Parts: sequence; C-alpha cells; structure tokens
Amino acid sequence: MTDKFISIEGISKRFPAPGGSTTVFEELWLSMARGEFVCIIGHSGCGKTTVLNILAGLEPPSDGTVIVDNQSIEGPSLDRAVIFQSHALLPWLTVMGNVAYAVASKWRFMRKDDLHRQAQKFIDLVGLTGAEHKRPAELSGGMKQRVGIARALSIEPKIMLMDEPFSALDALTRGTLQDEVRRICLETGQTVFMITHDVDEAIYLADRVVLMTNGPNAVLAEIVENPLPKERQRNDVHRHPLYYGVRNHIVDFLVSRSRNFAEEMKDTNYDPRHVPVVRPGAPQVASSRAATLDATDPGRARGPRPVVAAEGATPAPSGPALAQHRA
Amino acid sequence: MGMTWRAAMVSLLLFGLFVGVWHLATMGSGPAVTMDPEYAKLVGATASQGKSAMPGPAEVGLKIWQHLKDPFYDRGSNDKGLGIQLAYSIARVMTGYLIAVAVAIPIGFLIGMSPLMNRSLDPFIQVLKPISPLAWMPLALYTIKDSSLSSIFVIFICSLWPMLINTAFGVASVRKEWLNVARTLEVGPFRRAFTIILPAAAPTILTGMRISIGIAWLVIVAAEMLVGGTGIGYFVWNEWNNLSITNVITAILVIGVVGMVLDQVLARATRLVTFPE
Ligand SMILES: Nc1ncnc2c1ncn2[C@@H]1O[C@H](COP(=O)(O)OP(=O)(O)OP(=O)(O)O)[C@@H](O)[C@H]1O
Ligand SMILES: [Mg+2]
Repeated sequence: MTDKFISIEGISKRFPAPGGSTTVFEELWLSMARGEFVCIIGHSGCGKTTVLNILAGLEPPSDGTVIVDNQSIEGPSLDRAVIFQSHALLPWLTVMGNVAYAVASKWRFMRKDDLHRQAQKFIDLVGLTGAEHKRPAELSGGMKQRVGIARALSIEPKIMLMDEPFSALDALTRGTLQDEVRRICLETGQTVFMITHDVDEAIYLADRVVLMTNGPNAVLAEIVENPLPKERQRNDVHRHPLYYGVRNHIVDFLVSRSRNFAEEMKDTNYDPRHVPVVRPGAPQVASSRAATLDATDPGRARGPRPVVAAEGATPAPSGPALAQHRA
Repeated sequence: MGMTWRAAMVSLLLFGLFVGVWHLATMGSGPAVTMDPEYAKLVGATASQGKSAMPGPAEVGLKIWQHLKDPFYDRGSNDKGLGIQLAYSIARVMTGYLIAVAVAIPIGFLIGMSPLMNRSLDPFIQVLKPISPLAWMPLALYTIKDSSLSSIFVIFICSLWPMLINTAFGVASVRKEWLNVARTLEVGPFRRAFTIILPAAAPTILTGMRISIGIAWLVIVAAEMLVGGTGIGYFVWNEWNNLSITNVITAILVIGVVGMVLDQVLARATRLVTFPE
C-alpha cells in the first residue's frame, strides 16, 4: 500500500442553500493503489456521485484536492473514463458511432479504419457484435450500459469511474455484466472506483469497500477490506466462510450505523485522515495491516493515534455481530 | 380501411360540400325585376340578374386553369403571370430568410452557450421581438431607398426572432450528461459545438426555422401590398383594384398552397434531424 495512485486529500463539497450553505460531505481522505477495485456504498443523497464527479474532474471540490499519479487534477482527462449512471449515450449516433466518438477523441489523428477497428474490438468485448448499427433507442437497458462500458474501455484509460453502472439492470444481465467488467478490469489492470447500492455486488467486485455515512455532512465511516481471495467465482463467493461476516457488517452499517455515526465518531475519536480499516472475520490480519500502514505512512507515525490502537484491539466496531457469525 | 383512407374520404366529402355550397350561394337567380334593358346594361349583371358579385367555383376553377396554362407571361408592369409574381415573392422570402438563418443561428449559439450574453442581449430581444415587422417598413424604405430590398429586410427581421430564440433555447438545454461525456473525452470547443451541441439542438433549431418560414410567408404578402411593384402580395392588391375577385381568390389559394409546401419542406427536415430517445 505504498503506492498512492489516487489520493483524495481532504475534499469537501458545499452547495449554496437558502440561508447559508449545505455541506454534502466533509474532509474525505482516501487513497487507492494502482490496479485496485474500490466500491463506495452509502445511502441515497450522501454525495457519492459528487465524489465521483470530483474524481472525474467534472466538478471542483469546495476544499481539498485529488492527486492522481502525483499530479493534482485540474479537470476531466482521457486517463479517467466515466461510466455514467444514466449511460449518457449520444442518441443520434449508432453504437459504433458512440464508441468511435470516444476513440476519435483520444487519438485525434487516427486513420479511419484503425479507429473503426479499435471501436469494434471493444464492441466485441462487451458482446455487442452485430448491434453496431443500432441507435441507443433501439437497445435494451443492458445493451445501453454495455455500450457505455465499451466506450469507457475503448479509450484505454488508467482509471475507471463507475456510477451505479448496473443498478438499472435485471439480475441476470447484471450478473453477466459484473463478470465481464471484473474480467476486463483484471486483464487490463484498471484502477476502478465504483459506486453501488448493492452489497453483494460490492463484495464480489471490490478489493475494498468504502462506507459513507448519511448526508448532509457525510464522512467516510470505514474502509472494509475484502477478505475474499482475488480469484473468485460469482457462483460460490457466498460459500466463502467469511462472506456473510463481511456482508452483515456492511448491511449493519447501512441499516443503523450510517445514521448514527456522528455519535459513534465522538466515542471512537474518529480521525478523517485515518479512516478505520476493518477486515471482518479476520482480526489478526486487520491489526497487522494497521501496523504496516503505520510504518509506511509518515503522517500516521506522528503524534498519538488512539484510533489505531482501537483498530488493533477491536478490528470492527460491530465486533459482537461479527463474533456471532464466526461462532 | 386504414385511417388515412377514411380521413381522405372525409376530406374529399367536405371539399365537395364546400364547393357545392359555394356554387349555390353564388348562383345567379335570374332577372330579379323587369327593367329597362338599357338600365340593366348600365347597372351590370350583378344588380339586374341577381347574380352574385362573388365568382362561383366554376369561374375560379377556370381562372386557375388559365394561370396554370400560362404562368409566366409578362405584359407590362401591371399584368404579369401568377408564376412570375410568385417567383418574386419566393425569391424575396428566401433571401431574407437565409440571411436571417446565417445571423440567428450563430448568435443563438452564443446566447445559448453564454449565460452572460443571454442576460445582456435579453432586453434587446424582448423589445425588438414584439414589433410588427411591417412597422420597420418606413424606416427601411427611408434608409435603403429600394422597395424590393426593404421587403427583404422586413422578411429578415420577422424570421430572425423565432430562430434566434429557439436556437438559444435548444443550445442552452442540451443535456448536461452529453456535455459531460464531451468533457471527460477532452473534446475541444469547436468539435463540441459541431458534434454534440448542434445535433442535440438541431430539432429545436429546425422547429424555429419552421415557425420563421411560416411567418415570413405571411409577412411577404402584406409587405408587397404595401410597397407594390411585383410579387404575389402586389398581385392581390392590383386585382382588388381591378375588381377581379376571381383573381383574388385564385391568388389566395395559391398563397395557401405555397405556404403549405414551405412548411412541409421544413417539417421533413425536422424529422430528419430528430433522434428518438
Ligand atoms: N448542483 C447542486 N446544487 C445543490 N445541491 C446539490 C447539487 N448537486 C447535488 N446536490 C446535493 O448533494 C447531495 C449529494 O448528491 P449526490 O448526487 O452526490 O448523491 P448520491 O450519493 O450520488 O445519491 P444517489 O445514491 O441517490 O445517486 C444531495 O443531497 C443533493 O441534493
Ligand atoms: Mg448518485
């Protein structure tokens, strides 16, 4: 975890409101390694899309910065592809037109047939061969989302930012697309930041799941390390002994803790720069990870950090619930 | 039977009914009163035979046929074929209209893309828009000193506003997500204008163009009546002065048909650029 490919440094977002301003979220700190898959979960309206837009460079943060590859981001970049929640296809272009538009934007002087070939490659990759000449209006929801994915992948970005890419799909299509996205991201070594509402999806896809509290004034409550092995199959992830531990931990958070986190924060001496890392079901690993972090993060080594101690002692604030599952 | 067919049948029926009523209403009712033939000749058929001053459908049909047979004759400034007069009007409308397109669409883009320009130009547009285009005529005649160019100017002015307002509206309401797609792909301003904003706003822009051509065609008749010389509007006025109601009715029908054709051409064009969502 020495590689901070993406580093979110103390970003806040405020919107003007009648009689002052509302703070959507405050002081978010998070770093991601190259090739990592991070999912963020939180209730509707807590500011997930806003965070993603800031990462994309579509909106500036009110405070703080985001550093990608040692450079603070100034605006959108072709290195960071976005898959929009609403798929955002251009309805006057065909499937090929939409993907080729992205390719032509990245490689401005590419020859027409090369451009075509690059677009075709990614249309094939998402399984839309044969639908190249259809317009978005003629496609099903799942197919539209595939076009969005093909468009994002076709520019061969370093980072993929996905805003609930599968939420509008039926369970079957969603499963297939999850598999495909996971395979493609692993193959191409993408660093992925994905918003989701689906706990199972997060556990299947993510290396780490970031839990966000309810807005306004949302914060990152916890980072859940996924204890499942990187090699996983969709059909049997739920059979992994730690699966329900992780799942219940996240669901517990969403059901109750996300609302009352402000009180919890006071008790646990919460520090936004060092969001507690938990690894449900495997306490010893969590503490060793905290130690490694301690050693590698100079900011963390300074000054006393009661949180770290708390982390080591009780890996998960909802320890009892987890113990239940381990029992 | 399809809806189209049934509608066509009803249309035909209504047309027949209209022509029938028209025919009956304008039919002569024979000599109304016995009068001195000298006197009858003096007052004309209208008064002496109870014949209506309004021509009947047969007369108008005959007139139309005559015009269709020889639309482009030219016997001096007061007697030109209907085709020539129409050509003058259409040429004026097209010139004024195309200049308006060339002005309204770029300025509309500017207004639509820049909230500052929108705010600062808004008062001018609000004041200029409701002015009847004919109110510009004296000013145009005074400054341009040419009746034909003045009509073109009036057409320009009246076609400008719907296109300007629609273009600005269409450009301003391009979906944010499409603009965001362009932004994440680092698309430059020119490419964005032509590949995102133009296709997205095209249906709205063309709707404005369609409204404009309709208004331009309404206004040209009035403008030509006012300045005289040539054109279908002048023709109507001239035939009224000649008391040739048959020609007036013929011209009215022709004005309607040309207006419909212009409208349909733009309706087609609008359909071409409309995308399903
Ligand atoms: N332009 C804006 N002006 C004012 N408030 C805004 C604006 N954009 C977002 N907000 C507010 O910021 C908050 C977070 O919005 P955001 O879209 O990021 O939520 P989200 O977590 O993505 O929700 P969801 O899960 O429903 O997509 C919301 O309460 C919203 O009302
Ligand atoms: Mg959202």
